Amino acid sequence: MKQNHTVMKYIKIFKIYLVFLALFVIMTFASPAFFTKMNILNLLRQLSINGIIATGMTFVIITGGIDLSVGSILALSSIVACDFIHPNTYPIIVPILIALTIGAVCGGINGVIIAKGKVPAFIVTMGMMTICRGMTLMYNNGKAITNFDASFKVIGGGTLLSIPIPIYILVFTMLAGGVLLGKMRLGRYVYAVGGNEASAKISGINVDRIIICVYVIAGILSALAGIVLSSRVITATATAGDGYELDAIAAVVIGGTSLSGGVGSVAGTLAGVLIIGVLNNGLDLLNVPSYYQQVIQGVIIIGSVFVDQYFKSKKQN
Amino acid sequence: MKQEVVLQMEGIDKSFGNVKVLNNVSFELKRGTLHALMGENGAGKSTLMKILNGIYKKDAGRILLKGEEVNISNPKAAQDLGISMIHQELTSLPDLSVAANIFLGREYLKGPGGMFVDEKEMYRQAGIALEGIKAPIDPRANIRFLSVAQAQLVEIAKAISCKADIIVMDEPTSAITSSEVENLFETIETLKRQGKAIIYISHKMDEIFRIADEITVLRDGEKIDTRPASEMNHEVLVSMMVGRELNQQFYKSKVSIGEVVFQVKNFSRGGKFKDISFDLKKGEILGIAGLMGAGRTEVAEAVFGIHPPDSGEIVLNGRNYLFKTPKEAIRRGLAFVTEDRKLTGLNLVADIKENITIANLKKYCKAGQFIKKAKEKEIAEDYIKKLSIKTPSCTKMTGQLSGGNQQKVVLARWLSCNPRIMILDEPTRGIDVAAKSEIYRLMSEYVAEGNSIIMISSELPEILGMCDRVLVMHEGEITGTFLREEVTQEGIMACAAGIRRKEISIEHTERRQHETESYGNEIYKDI
Repeated sequence: MKQNHTVMKYIKIFKIYLVFLALFVIMTFASPAFFTKMNILNLLRQLSINGIIATGMTFVIITGGIDLSVGSILALSSIVACDFIHPNTYPIIVPILIALTIGAVCGGINGVIIAKGKVPAFIVTMGMMTICRGMTLMYNNGKAITNFDASFKVIGGGTLLSIPIPIYILVFTMLAGGVLLGKMRLGRYVYAVGGNEASAKISGINVDRIIICVYVIAGILSALAGIVLSSRVITATATAGDGYELDAIAAVVIGGTSLSGGVGSVAGTLAGVLIIGVLNNGLDLLNVPSYYQQVIQGVIIIGSVFVDQYFKSKKQN
Repeated sequence: MKQEVVLQMEGIDKSFGNVKVLNNVSFELKRGTLHALMGENGAGKSTLMKILNGIYKKDAGRILLKGEEVNISNPKAAQDLGISMIHQELTSLPDLSVAANIFLGREYLKGPGGMFVDEKEMYRQAGIALEGIKAPIDPRANIRFLSVAQAQLVEIAKAISCKADIIVMDEPTSAITSSEVENLFETIETLKRQGKAIIYISHKMDEIFRIADEITVLRDGEKIDTRPASEMNHEVLVSMMVGRELNQQFYKSKVSIGEVVFQVKNFSRGGKFKDISFDLKKGEILGIAGLMGAGRTEVAEAVFGIHPPDSGEIVLNGRNYLFKTPKEAIRRGLAFVTEDRKLTGLNLVADIKENITIANLKKYCKAGQFIKKAKEKEIAEDYIKKLSIKTPSCTKMTGQLSGGNQQKVVLARWLSCNPRIMILDEPTRGIDVAAKSEIYRLMSEYVAEGNSIIMISSELPEILGMCDRVLVMHEGEITGTFLREEVTQEGIMACAAGIRRKEISIEHTERRQHETESYGNEIYKDI
């Protein structure tokens, strides 16, 4: 009984995994093509992009913020980076560093304006979303870059021990994110800022630095997702990542992270990412048109938060 | 001349949780008069008026309007009964016109089925209402472009247009200039001549004696007396406000007071406080008393680096500082328990352990980054035991604790940083008696270890019971300094209301030096 409150936190996340499991079982029975090694690996590779972005989004949302620019940062960083991976030009590390730097800078600009300028995160990142998208179109006149060096294709298309590389990247990202949030000082400060900014400041936390930090993390992870995506589809297009911010926010919210800040976890976000991934993949296999998929995804987002709120208010009464 | 009684409140009781804030309060208001409601912060004035306006529900008692009992369940009901309240913080909508604000919720309509708002008629009617109180304000102007005083007049016009017979004004002169005050008083005279009855809450005694017909004093949720203003003066009023019997016991141990460890020099910030200087000695509890809005919290926030002052400096252990962030202040051994634990003190969605360790987290980290969870838990459980925080575990959500236990969590946070100086802003506000006395005990233990406390408090018994020295602030200045031996409730209140100034007399200082030699470690039973 002594640990009941920590246990309750785990139970909450466990419930989300139960939903995932239920969905998984339903899909297995509904479609014979679902539970096959091929499809599961494919499913995981598909959801790795959203998983990487959603990890960064988790940090941002726990501080009580939002980042709408992740999809555009993904596009901008990958199109610039991909200009440096034409065959026999630079070693693979150069474009990767370029992409991550662009992600960090865009995120940093978001963070500085939000923290120092006191402009709402919604506005700043919405502006950054448009700016990055516009710059992506400017960079190559809206044309895609496709001429890649073979070494770069490994990141998105290669396998290690017959498991696709993007899955390793996803696992690494989430583990790192989970440790940072759950076990490290920075993570604790992220929760503190989201839970009560004034209290955090009075407790000696440099609140501005924490806020800038989370947007930099979100920016870097968007760029990382961009590298994986462009390598997998062997193209960097100006429209890449369009709407990804909504998938990421959906995963974070389904995973139990509160939009008002202070509460959430990477483990929850993983559950959210898996639910959305299984849903899309399964419905594809069942030949459900994508229009319906959108409707279903919307219902699940509202439903998950509604159920959560419903039980919360019932408990309080 | 016998005036008609328009309002009677009889035997009103009200509790929040287990704290009784109004106890059998009765109150009568006569037509065409201004009735001042006086009392310290927390005496129950605002609560009584909020009950009259249907914002709070009374636990017991009756309200009679012109002899008939009425049930006021919400502010709209109060309005319908002819009761209007003008709040201290104006509630008008800044981007709507004066007329739209006056007729908010009861707009003049026109067209089929009242589809459209009749702007023209609203402007006309608003003009009439404003003229009635002789306020030269354009009904078409947006509230945003008016001064505070003008916006206040709009609220009064709104009250009049609601056919209000009873108008409650809560600290109406706190944010307006002296010439605007004159205008307001003329308006009030006009209202009285029209037969309206006004309830007026204010701390400013000079104003009260100029305009009040009757004065009712509340103290600690009880009515002390109602008297005609002509039979009162400053001294009588002050003694009625604070003349409580002091029989509460405080856990105050005698601590030998050492040298000066901390000085604030000439702290000023425009419009908030000016030229604040004081020192703090080793082992001392220094109280800062004053009325709401005297600038006490602002000074504390300036000292702690939350909002640095425009000018001034701090001397700590012989070195000069001016903290620009709380982080610097914490590093130099300061701690700050804020006035509002929910708003600025705690992270209510985090657990107790996280709230206790947050200000000193680096100490519980490997390589400065990785939190040692076992160590963190150990520290938290240690303080939970030491401060007897009532909780089943250190992982309970802080938001689920009672006020007193929450306050102890804040104290635990700061004690775990081992500060030399603690600033406590209203440390016992809204917590029960048992928790209060535990906090007093912790304060005494803390200074006994050679540390010092600055305590801001609006509760005079606690100021008198716990402090070795008391500063009193009035409108951003220090107007009084008292030693423990000479401090009285009346003295503090007179300085807080700005009707007296006082410095420490030399005679007392000498006596204190004599006493310091014979300090024991006994506990004061009475003060």
